[in-house]
Amino acid sequence: MEQKIQDLIDNEISNHDVCLFMKGTPDAPQCGFSMAVSNILKILEVKFNGINVLENEQIRQGIKEFSEWPTIPQLYIKKEFVGGCDIVKEMYENGELKKILQDKKVAHKI
Amino acid sequence: MGMELKEIEKLIKASIPDALVEIHDLAGDGNHYSATVSSSSFIGKSKIEQHKIVYASLKGKMGNELHALEIKTKVK
Repeated sequence: MEQKIQDLIDNEISNHDVCLFMKGTPDAPQCGFSMAVSNILKILEVKFNGINVLENEQIRQGIKEFSEWPTIPQLYIKKEFVGGCDIVKEMYENGELKKILQDKKVAHKI
Repeated sequence: MGMELKEIEKLIKASIPDALVEIHDLAGDGNHYSATVSSSSFIGKSKIEQHKIVYASLKGKMGNELHALEIKTKVK
């Protein structure tokens, strides 16, 4: 991966507590999986930075190498890769997602 | 381009010999699947590591010809 792309990704996840690399935007997701994660964050009233990978092919490929994870969406909380759609959904349902938000001191609906 | 359900199961089982694999074709279109994989190789691993083991078994197909595969992992 180009250093420039690596820096760009580093920058996004360093400057925002919660980052969602997704297809489309939080207001107009273009993939059901991206929409599902975006909706979970909205329900929990978490402020997040949505990065539309469809607007940048290099980020789209770069983020997969960055996390060694082949799919999008990808959720990062305080620079840590939390998971893709299946894991985030599961963690939302069993309460683990709230616990991570709490542990990492990210504002969310209690 | 999609993948056959049997082909997915074969790939997973080839890499994770003790895996119990349950796959459903969600939309009946050969393109949207859900797989539940149980294996003892998941013991002591995080969810991310468990899913990575399943992705690895699919040998780069995930995110390419295999667009929509929901994965659930369970420790056996």
